[in-house]
Amino acid sequence: MSIEVSRVGKKFGDFVALDDVTVSIPTGQLTALLGPSGGGKSTLLRIIAGLEQADTGTIEIEGRDATRLPARKRNVGFVFQHYAAFKHLSVARNVAFGLEIRKTPKDQIAERVDELLKLVHLEQFASRLPSQLSGGQRQRMALARALAIQPSVLLLDEPFGALDAKVRKELRDWLRRLHDEIPVTTVFVTHDQEEALEVADEIVVINDGRIEQVGSPDELYDAPANYFVMSFLGPVTHLGGKLVRPHDVEVHTAPPALAVAAADAVGAAGAAGGLVEGTVVRTVRVGFEARVEIAVAGADGTGAVDGAPSAGPGSSVEAVLTRAEARTLGLVPGTTVWLRQAPGSISIDAPAGAPARELVEVV
Amino acid sequence: MTTTVPPVAGAPQAPATGLPAPRRTGRRAAPGSTRLTPTAGVGLGVALIWFSALALLPLIAVLVETSAGGWPVFWSTITNAQTAAALRLTITQALAVTAVNVVMGTLIAWVLVRDKFPGKRALEVLIDIPFALPTIVAGLVLLTLYGPNSPLGVNVANTRSAVFLAFLFVTLPFVVRTVQPVLAELDRSVEEAAASLGASPLTTFRRIILPALTPAIAAGAALSFARGISEYGSLVLLSGNLPMRTEVSSVRILSYLENGDQAAAAAVASVLLLVSLLVIVVLDVLQRRMVRRG
Amino acid sequence: MVKTYVFRVIVIVYLGLLVAWPVSLVAKETFANGFDALSAALSDPSVVFALKLTVSVAVQAVILNTIFGVGISLLLVRYEFRGKRLLSSLIDLPLSVSPIVVGLALVLVYGGRGDWFGPALEANGIQIIFATPGIVMATAFVALPLVIREVVPVLTELGTDEEQAAASLGASSVQTFRRITLPAIKWAVVYGVVLTLARSLGEFGAVKIVSGNFEGTTQTATLLVEQKYQDFQQPTAYATAFLLALVSVACIVVVSFLRPDHSTSSSQSKGLS
Repeated sequence: MSIEVSRVGKKFGDFVALDDVTVSIPTGQLTALLGPSGGGKSTLLRIIAGLEQADTGTIEIEGRDATRLPARKRNVGFVFQHYAAFKHLSVARNVAFGLEIRKTPKDQIAERVDELLKLVHLEQFASRLPSQLSGGQRQRMALARALAIQPSVLLLDEPFGALDAKVRKELRDWLRRLHDEIPVTTVFVTHDQEEALEVADEIVVINDGRIEQVGSPDELYDAPANYFVMSFLGPVTHLGGKLVRPHDVEVHTAPPALAVAAADAVGAAGAAGGLVEGTVVRTVRVGFEARVEIAVAGADGTGAVDGAPSAGPGSSVEAVLTRAEARTLGLVPGTTVWLRQAPGSISIDAPAGAPARELVEVV
Repeated sequence: MTTTVPPVAGAPQAPATGLPAPRRTGRRAAPGSTRLTPTAGVGLGVALIWFSALALLPLIAVLVETSAGGWPVFWSTITNAQTAAALRLTITQALAVTAVNVVMGTLIAWVLVRDKFPGKRALEVLIDIPFALPTIVAGLVLLTLYGPNSPLGVNVANTRSAVFLAFLFVTLPFVVRTVQPVLAELDRSVEEAAASLGASPLTTFRRIILPALTPAIAAGAALSFARGISEYGSLVLLSGNLPMRTEVSSVRILSYLENGDQAAAAAVASVLLLVSLLVIVVLDVLQRRMVRRG
Repeated sequence: MVKTYVFRVIVIVYLGLLVAWPVSLVAKETFANGFDALSAALSDPSVVFALKLTVSVAVQAVILNTIFGVGISLLLVRYEFRGKRLLSSLIDLPLSVSPIVVGLALVLVYGGRGDWFGPALEANGIQIIFATPGIVMATAFVALPLVIREVVPVLTELGTDEEQAAASLGASSVQTFRRITLPAIKWAVVYGVVLTLARSLGEFGAVKIVSGNFEGTTQTATLLVEQKYQDFQQPTAYATAFLLALVSVACIVVVSFLRPDHSTSSSQSKGLS
């Protein structure tokens, strides 16, 4: 393991940023620290880099105890959200900075800078000042600068957070390809679940100063450890006392044969095969999908079938269908429908006290 | 021109989970500042020793010297007819000048920020000249234009108007330079909004612009007042330092000192010093208010 | 717009009558007889001495205030410590304290007849009041906040990202300061130095008290202007005043043309941060 974080705690005044965090970051992989703002993920990254000191616990980098080591002796590459470009130095001098500090011979510096600028596709901008670059270019320069010192680990703090959506997407793909070329242990912080799922080999979900789950994107998506992880990684909705993904909600205009449902439900978790009756409130078509809001009858109504507990009175379920499906079913407000969780899909028990409707906005 | 980038613009927000998640912004208690490192601690120590030796101890010595004589000595010194007259003249003239500066300073700042004309840059330089020009030279130049040989035929030498004029000259930059940056940062769309809601230019100025400028104007006025009451150099040649008529507090301190009466000099100096401290406190409060407004 | 035009005229007339015209007259007086006054003044040994003393004092004060100013600015912006707010307020005190009070204060503490350090220092052969060290201290005092007031906002605006980036690339705190922080605050330091220089060359009241105003030993240029004027050597007074005015106006012009506009400077630095 490349980075070992053990029992790290950090407080800012009364605010607990990290609460007894222990995690191992695997060598040579691209790891995402994912979580909401203020959850402690940036603090963890800054503690690993030595830019912040942990109150308790230890940090080990490549087998060496780095807990008390100042940032400049850790040999980590750090990339800041707002680039932290040295404004008075040219792009080439920015990249050369760490090597100059290390008193690397001039010709070697020049060679290495050339090489890195090619790698980040900035070779024609070598003599420009950072202010003459776009945001994406500046961030690529910052990345080259961090890589120049051949760091044992590369840390990126919301590296694409300050960029607009299109550039962010491009840089994300590019980072993934770059990492495949130069497999240095990389940790990046993000609050964008899509970014984490798309780029990372491994995701560490952090919330409220604690680690919620560690795993590959598939593991996290398919087997979320808890309600938080499931809801953070994608939209969820309540269906019959379970939390499911809206696109895993099957919508029927006539009650399907219970026997069939039971047979289909073998793979799914226990009683999840239960049917819930409801009324369409609203359908919204967005691009290729149709979002359907369905009001579900109360506990005393017909909603509870097959012993499954129904959602509370006056609650609603969000289902996402393809446009074609929605058209075939002819869903209009007022249509009575029967809902069930799609066979083979994931679900977890709804936590007590959570509000019934859990539609989550996803960009 | 570069654009400002709001943090995580357009990025997907964290899902609004139903769980009671504390919404706290700012992951660092005080961004960018850290506790003192040993090196910085030594630096702070050296800086404090120098600052104390240069400024704090001497100023404290003035107060100590004053209190050594006790209240009766202090009171009789500053109520002495000549000293009281000097204090009264200094304070009234400084107040009058500050009032003029509030109006003229704001107007000048307005013209410098909102108006465009050739030679504006030269005006910018003119504003700062009183700040950099040696005060004795300031007195000399004012005497040349407004003295006995005035090409304008205006002679204010050795009158109270001379005190007013000298104060006006040396305090010129303060209101202008505090108001100017605030005015420049002011969001023009707020004024356009006011106009679109039917406000006349005067109403917009009174109800929208002026309130935004008030802390800056007040800060400039405080600095201008403090500078006024402490002025000495520009008056030496201009006002004649006539006792009971044109003699200001600083001159009074100097004449006590020249007569070897350090206690009396310190007493008058303490009055000026306390006014300076008051101004510092006022400035601190105003600065905080300006910071709060962003 | 008529109103804009009126404002513009009012401002130009006001500044013309208050500043431009009077200041320009000092040049006119100096050159009323060609270069006679100036060359006469420059051949007067007391003038030459006073100018040399003034420059020497100003340079010393500038060096002291630059080191102190940059150091204090770094401490105030980058570190947390008790009494920081108080210190940051007290730093501005010299701007609002009368030079005469400054002079008196220094005399009380460092004067040979005072109750503080003066007698002990003089017993050890160290003369501060009525000597150059006192003049330097008085000058440094009145110009103390100028560097700090220029540097602090720039340091604050700069933030710590670049410094942290340098640290993560292996730079020590000295290397970070020299290679990253100093280049970023360079111009602020330059403005502060130029303003300090202008203020130092021109200090009068405080210097008058602490120097004793002895011609040929502690008389600075500003003190000389007063004395020559009152001794009816007005051409010499005007010539010396002209030289002082020339330097101070030059300082202002330099700062004004180096410094970007108030409006653009802030938006630029914000956008790049």
